[in-house]
Amino acid sequence: MNAAGVVVSAEQRRRARNVGIAYLVLAAVTMLIFTRRAGDATFKVSETGSFALPAERFGWLLGVLLVALAAVQLVRGFGRASNVVLALATAAFFMSFLSWAASGESFSFVGMLQDTVSRSVPITLGALGGILSERSGVINISIEGMLLGAACTSAIAGSLVNLWVGTAVGIGTGVALAAVLAVLSIRYRVDQVIVGFAINFFALGITSFVSFRVLVPNPDFNGLSPVMPIRIPLLADVPFLGEILFVQTVFVYASFVAVALLTWALYRTRWGLRTRAIGEYPKAAGTLGVDVLRLRYRNLLLAGGVAGFGGAWWPIGTVGRFDQNITGGRGFIALAAVIFGRWHPVGAFCGALVFALAEAVRLKIGNFDTGIPSEFLLMAPYVVTLVVVAGFIGASRAPKAAGQPYEEQ
Amino acid sequence: MTSTTTYELRGITKRFPGVVANDDVNLTIRSGEVLCLVGENGAGKSTLMNVLYGLYRADEGELRIDGTPTTFHSPADAIAAGIGMVHQHFMLVPNFTVAENVVLGAEPMGRAGTLDIERARAMVREVSDRYHLNLDPDAVVEELPVGVRQRVEIVKVLLREARIVVFDEPTAVLTPSEILEFFEIVRTLVRAGRGVVFITHKLKEALTIADRINVLRRGKVVGDADPRTATEAAIAEMMVGRPVQLTVEKKAAAPGAAVLEVRGLSVVEPDGRTVVDDVSFVVRAGEIVGVAGVQGNGQTELVEALSGLRRAASGTILLDGRDVTHESPRERHAAGMGHVPEDRQRQGLVVDLSITENLVLTRYHDAQFSSGISMRWDDARAVARDLVARYDIRTPDPEQAATTLSGGNQQKVIVARELSRDIRLAVAAQPTRGVDVGSIEYIHARIVEERDAGTAVLIVSTELDEVMALADRLLVMYRGRVVADLDPRAVSHMDVGLYMAGSRPGEASGHGDPGRVGGAR
Amino acid sequence: MNETLKSLRYTALAVVAALFVSAFIIVITDIAALREGDVLTALDTLRLAYWSLFKGSFGSLRAISATITGATPLMLAGLAVSVAFKAGLFNIGATGQMLAGGMTGLWVGFALDVPGPLHVALALLAGALGGAVYGAIPGVLKARTGAHEVITTIMLNSVAGFLTLWLLKTELFKREGRDDAISKLIDEDAKLPRLFWFMGKRIDLQAHLGFVVALACVGVFWWLLNRTTTGFELRATGLNQEAARYAGMRTRSLMVVAMTLAGAFAGLAGASEVLGLYGFASSSLAGDIGFDAIAVALLGRSTPIGTAVSAILFGALQAGGRQMQVNTDVPIDLIIVLRSLIVMFIAAPLLVKAMYRLKGEAQSFGQTFRGWGG
Repeated sequence: MNAAGVVVSAEQRRRARNVGIAYLVLAAVTMLIFTRRAGDATFKVSETGSFALPAERFGWLLGVLLVALAAVQLVRGFGRASNVVLALATAAFFMSFLSWAASGESFSFVGMLQDTVSRSVPITLGALGGILSERSGVINISIEGMLLGAACTSAIAGSLVNLWVGTAVGIGTGVALAAVLAVLSIRYRVDQVIVGFAINFFALGITSFVSFRVLVPNPDFNGLSPVMPIRIPLLADVPFLGEILFVQTVFVYASFVAVALLTWALYRTRWGLRTRAIGEYPKAAGTLGVDVLRLRYRNLLLAGGVAGFGGAWWPIGTVGRFDQNITGGRGFIALAAVIFGRWHPVGAFCGALVFALAEAVRLKIGNFDTGIPSEFLLMAPYVVTLVVVAGFIGASRAPKAAGQPYEEQ
Repeated sequence: MTSTTTYELRGITKRFPGVVANDDVNLTIRSGEVLCLVGENGAGKSTLMNVLYGLYRADEGELRIDGTPTTFHSPADAIAAGIGMVHQHFMLVPNFTVAENVVLGAEPMGRAGTLDIERARAMVREVSDRYHLNLDPDAVVEELPVGVRQRVEIVKVLLREARIVVFDEPTAVLTPSEILEFFEIVRTLVRAGRGVVFITHKLKEALTIADRINVLRRGKVVGDADPRTATEAAIAEMMVGRPVQLTVEKKAAAPGAAVLEVRGLSVVEPDGRTVVDDVSFVVRAGEIVGVAGVQGNGQTELVEALSGLRRAASGTILLDGRDVTHESPRERHAAGMGHVPEDRQRQGLVVDLSITENLVLTRYHDAQFSSGISMRWDDARAVARDLVARYDIRTPDPEQAATTLSGGNQQKVIVARELSRDIRLAVAAQPTRGVDVGSIEYIHARIVEERDAGTAVLIVSTELDEVMALADRLLVMYRGRVVADLDPRAVSHMDVGLYMAGSRPGEASGHGDPGRVGGAR
Repeated sequence: MNETLKSLRYTALAVVAALFVSAFIIVITDIAALREGDVLTALDTLRLAYWSLFKGSFGSLRAISATITGATPLMLAGLAVSVAFKAGLFNIGATGQMLAGGMTGLWVGFALDVPGPLHVALALLAGALGGAVYGAIPGVLKARTGAHEVITTIMLNSVAGFLTLWLLKTELFKREGRDDAISKLIDEDAKLPRLFWFMGKRIDLQAHLGFVVALACVGVFWWLLNRTTTGFELRATGLNQEAARYAGMRTRSLMVVAMTLAGAFAGLAGASEVLGLYGFASSSLAGDIGFDAIAVALLGRSTPIGTAVSAILFGALQAGGRQMQVNTDVPIDLIIVLRSLIVMFIAAPLLVKAMYRLKGEAQSFGQTFRGWGG
């Protein structure tokens, strides 16, 4: 029983306690590390505007505040506001970290956030691909392979023909790999994790192979000029946020739309109802005449297309070429984002932003000498994921049928 | 809905690897009547209905609707042809609302492909009111009691305008008074001109509700019976192929000292619900105590708490006077507790391991079978051969995987493992669920034998007949509490049913003729 | 025995199918030849590539030594995946566990001053311990919080990679006079002896005693699974966790035991690479072995013998692939493709059955992973 007299389970209490402990840890880190540097950090928020944060004072202030939050959390909790409080506290902690890392320097805060949004694209789209298939009852750990395969083929097609064809071929590659996953896991009932794994393996091998055997000897196969950011009129003029959200490439806008569209479709349409049903208890849908296998096929191919589009981001949305293993495990990060976001598109999008932010920070802050080995900064997002998965999510409520082949008879 | 429709299954044969589930079956179903399909577990009743419902494709034979041959490629075709089915294991998505579950597959659509959930709610309300089913369209299914879930299934069928409704073992989850209410619903359906197929193994129920009875044995229709003239014994003989003992034969119990003492036991779920609520009782040596109750009233959790699989939130459990409340399953096992879990395939056996391995699953660590580190498989095999012979487990080779055994023989493996040791207390949950009559008789006889040898026995079963027949003393659980401690010889089925439903005999008005419903095997 | 034969037949058919698909890939990526419409040249490249694949793996003592060298860490890491599979866990973390074991083995290898054989033994033991500790982490996390091992092991792989990188730059491990992340060399007497020492000091025969260690571990794994109570518990848990719990087995502890054992095997893989092959550590110590190990375990159906045989097959592909890259312009990455195809075909007996139009029941691979709830 908590103050409000509502019955809470041991599980919820454990979570709440963990959040409290997390506040204490954040407070300790803030006060012990982030107060160690004296200079102001200057955050540039536009071409002319900027603000400064004094690392030391901000750190102490936040540290004390976090201890207070921890006390409230552990004693009575924040009830319905607890997630908001957690988000705000994390954001403040992050600002404290930045002011410490960039103490005495100035850097483009807006540029970093802009970079974050851009980098979230493949993770978001990969995660949406994951949600689409797992909500339909097929575990998809082959997101990495789909991203990688699509990146490779869209680079080639984009170089040889044009960007449109390149993007289309990338999507097609995602669909093709998803078709392998679909046929093997649905038709031949192979363990879904094993097929997914084999697809990742295959994509890594074949793209490396093609990279050395085809792309290196034929430079004309691998070089294109990627799409440019588009300023959305009016919206881009909104101070601060405008620059971050609305001066981006078409890939970013597409990923925004995809998140919104999938959320709406999952919860407001017939397709969504049926999809959630076959991911949760396919027999119920099957006995009501829903063709479970066909819907699974369709959704998996769709998932492949979405992930393939995410893969095309590398050559067509940013760097203009393909390199061996260019995705560097982003597909696995996308998988983590799916779990992070509890199989909800918006949640996964938030997860993707967090991971993308970690990447962007690493690139910005990596140059500043903070006295902490860079490896530890590089390690941070993985450790955070580990802590979050183990401490706060645990065995979360995944679609129940994910991983189970469906037998029609 | 007034015209009569006839559905004819002709010469249906359905084979699975190694078995012929249906062998040249002929069956006629007419709207406006109740056809009962009775047979033992594994006789092929469900397979036949799954063929009718388009879930299985028959290897031979055909379906005729009013004389026209028809082929179903999927349940969608069957639904379109007016067939509805309420499955034994409910086909409901647990985290969906009632309305979402009901409209799934036949969703009312709004604009732009959206789901018109408002209309779905209205549809549920309308049907629910018309048939007095009392359903809240916004309730989430996993939070509903089983009886209500069944009504959700019925609404699903009704909304699809089914002319024939198939109920597969619908009464297994209901209390006797709920069964009466269910029969009322069935009669309403029939009056509305719909046909009902009622699959059951409870003969009393079949005799009560049926217009015609068809008996299935080993995949074949072996005969029909007229419910006005047939007797239970005659139908049972047709089902099994030999005369059947309808009651359990046992002498009066001679209870000794208390073996199991439970005091104030409570179990709380991780989500905060109290599922076993301050339960106290005693089981003495040489007596069988039965626990009756509708599925989901805390019996499962009680058994798990007794066997050490769940932690008790409060209270104590004494075994032979020793406090075992905080002991592990292994320690309780060693202290003389045998446990037959309720789900043999998921909890009782590792079906992919061999029969031998399953026979030592709970005692492989005994000095008899292991030296602490390494296993003595030769000894295990010798013991397994002996148990296979003694407990009549039908297998050519105990080294085969347990999955090769029939349900009854799998259950005998568990019974052999748990009862062949020197035990003080046997806890058996649903000991005969889904098992053929021969095995049921055998297992019941073993349990009585165990009692007569001075073991304390606790039987938990949702089959009221089973506990009534076996128990020397009867406890009834409702919402986690023990609400009655009865003498099964001095109480009627109907009264026990009232306790199961949370009321007391005398409080509620009499529900017709006690003993008429429930029936025996 | 019949089952074994059947399983062997499926494996062989899967390998043939994979070779066939790979051949197709080699031919269609021969852009230069195809641009000229010269299919014969492309086919000739193919012939030479597959011939080198064989020559480079079994064609000479040198080739056999290369096969054994490649097979050694694959076998040990493969056992790490297999033992977890047997307990129903998917260990993607062999890479991290190898790094952990490699680093602890390395440290004992250069820091301790003990006589000859004892030094090797201690270093190997340290490797097993290091890996075991690192492997236990995901086991403990799963047992205590339910955090899924697929996620935690992937994260722990990255963490181990960065930790290793950092350690290699610290004074403790750093090789003097080098700026890059290269460790000190281990003592001469901490080295695992060469397998073909009797052939004289041929530097091209790199196979080392780690292979014998790996074979011994296969034996240990077999004994553990089939002859011990713990093995019985692991198998029961892997096949049906709930029934194992009902039978009084402590399934949570068993998860930790399985992952600890897995870590120990992978740790030995890392240590044997350091002590037998390189003599030092770099950040690429584990390479792709941790991932290849998953393919090895899948191919070997997680059985001791199967894992050993498929590790040797993969070692052979590795060795032959290197030869192929030298003799033709076909990159060694083809081997990754080949392996992934083999895994896919192995995992899909129904598919193989359909391809070859085989009669009878397909041998099921058995599901190893039952969803996230786990």
